[in-house]
Amino acid sequence: MGDSNSLILARQLTKRFGDLTAVDGIDFEVAKGEAFGFLGPNGAGKTSTMRMIGGVSPVTSGLLTIFGLDPAAHGPTIRARLGVVPQADTLDLELTVRENLMIYSRYFDLSWREGARRADELLEFVQLKERSRDKVDELSGGMKRRLTIARALINSPELLLLDEPTTGLDPQARHLVWDRLYRLKQRGVTLVLTTHYMDEAEQLCDRLVVMDKARIAAEGSPRELIDKYSTREVLELRFPIDQQPVLDGKLNDVAERIEVLPDRVLLYTGDGDQAIAAVHRQGLRPETALVRRSTLEDVFLRLTGRSLVD
Amino acid sequence: MSLMAGTLHVVEYNALVFRRIWRGSIAVSFFTPLFFLAAMGIGLGSLVNRSSGGVNGVPYLEFLAPGLIAAACMQTAAVEATYPILAKIMWDKTYEAALATPVTIPDLIRGEVVWITIRMFIVASMFWIVMYLFGVGHSLESLLVIPAGILTGLAFATTIMAFTATRRNDSGFAAINRFVIIPLYLLGGTFFPIAKLPLALQVLAWATPLAHGVALTRGLVLGNIAAPEAALHALVPVAYFAGGLLIARALLMKRLAK
Ligand SMILES: Nc1ncnc2c1ncn2[C@@H]1O[C@H](COP(=O)(O)OP(=O)(O)OP(=O)(O)O)[C@@H](O)[C@H]1O
Ligand SMILES: [Mg+2]
Repeated sequence: MGDSNSLILARQLTKRFGDLTAVDGIDFEVAKGEAFGFLGPNGAGKTSTMRMIGGVSPVTSGLLTIFGLDPAAHGPTIRARLGVVPQADTLDLELTVRENLMIYSRYFDLSWREGARRADELLEFVQLKERSRDKVDELSGGMKRRLTIARALINSPELLLLDEPTTGLDPQARHLVWDRLYRLKQRGVTLVLTTHYMDEAEQLCDRLVVMDKARIAAEGSPRELIDKYSTREVLELRFPIDQQPVLDGKLNDVAERIEVLPDRVLLYTGDGDQAIAAVHRQGLRPETALVRRSTLEDVFLRLTGRSLVD
Repeated sequence: MSLMAGTLHVVEYNALVFRRIWRGSIAVSFFTPLFFLAAMGIGLGSLVNRSSGGVNGVPYLEFLAPGLIAAACMQTAAVEATYPILAKIMWDKTYEAALATPVTIPDLIRGEVVWITIRMFIVASMFWIVMYLFGVGHSLESLLVIPAGILTGLAFATTIMAFTATRRNDSGFAAINRFVIIPLYLLGGTFFPIAKLPLALQVLAWATPLAHGVALTRGLVLGNIAAPEAALHALVPVAYFAGGLLIARALLMKRLAK
């Protein structure tokens, strides 16, 4: 069972909505100070899991403790120590940027004065200081996301839950968010996040689980997962449209594994350059051939048979 | 966090939103009864007084004004317990945001009830001032119409909130207004005595909190109600309030904790 270092402990954790099983008996643990990720396609059960951890969605069956406490009995105590960035923003459009932070500080029972101090500090942290008097309505999507993150930090949480923190952000905004999350981690905040982005998972997560169809398909550090479920290199071949050749076993000796996607063929191999040579020897003439390192995307494809971002 | 603190913070949220519109809202709360009492009380009242010497021997304005306070609180509650609450449940996700903090569902419900009480207090106080300006209710006891009106409104606030908790869109609210609030407003004893209704409707009217709220407010302003009778009239709205609160709480617990 979990050691006392576990901030979150889940055993056979299950969530059902009527007949639908959204989370099907999953086990995981998150240690203090760790950055832990849930990776998975749409509908895998990531948000359902996050909402149970957040103490807002009752557990159907199984065990779940956060800070060693049962969310059914100690919801408010747990939530006082949590920061939550939900998948869909729940900012108050009728209030200004700063008021959103102020009222949240009140929900955490901070004084108005302390709330004001933290609000200003956090607006600085997420680079929204100039917008503090604007209505939330007028912010861009990326700014709203940053405000949601600032709001989640108003109570100086020990544990931050981030459900797809950067979905829909442009690259610049994503990097800003990553940088801020990285700083929080440096300060000892435990991060739990879900994402569809491999680079995000690789950048931020010490450890992650791949979820698929309500279950955990694999668990480990990004490196471990790649070593275990993929090869060192990948050869990506693109053929002219409508000329994707029938491969019928021709390349089976060239690669350990082959994935045929609608727009390209992936050859999993220890040595990409050798594989290119072998492809040419077979008389195949791809339009482009690219050798790259394996990424989590490949792990994901292997485990779920789907690419991450459809 | 204490029981009081959670409730207080939900009230504070409402106050923060209200801050943008408070001037307009209070002006409306003042001018609506002003025009209403001028038209109905003085205009229509002079006809009634001339033809029949008022109602039950009381000048029409004095008969009408106190009950209107109860009715105005009912209308305020009916608005505040429908659209804004459903918006917070569904459209604006205000409750979802609050529930990610130590605030609990019972905090939300208590906070909303207190907030609606504050709104009704503003409405009833303005009404009392206007009534005073029209020369009705010059006794200290007449100030009791304010809590009596609020009590009437609270009976509607929690029961309608329970209804709101079951809604997936706002189409039912127009029906509530059309089939409950407006008929009660017109027939619930505010404009003429319930005794003038057909017997079946009389029975129906006395089963609603408004009829009792009107009887209570009127009795308090005219100073002709005995304590036991007043208590009896207060009991009906209290029962609706308590029943509504229990049902609203159960329904919102089910709806918001998914
Ligand atoms: N409140 C709800 N009521 C009924 N079914 C739900 C509810 N919330 C989620 N589900 C269902 O549970 C399953 C898992 O959904 P969940 O939101 O946890 O997936 P996810 O991994 O977060 O997906 P995405 O990447 O699209 O956000 C889905 O089939 C979804 O339809
Ligand atoms: Mg999700």
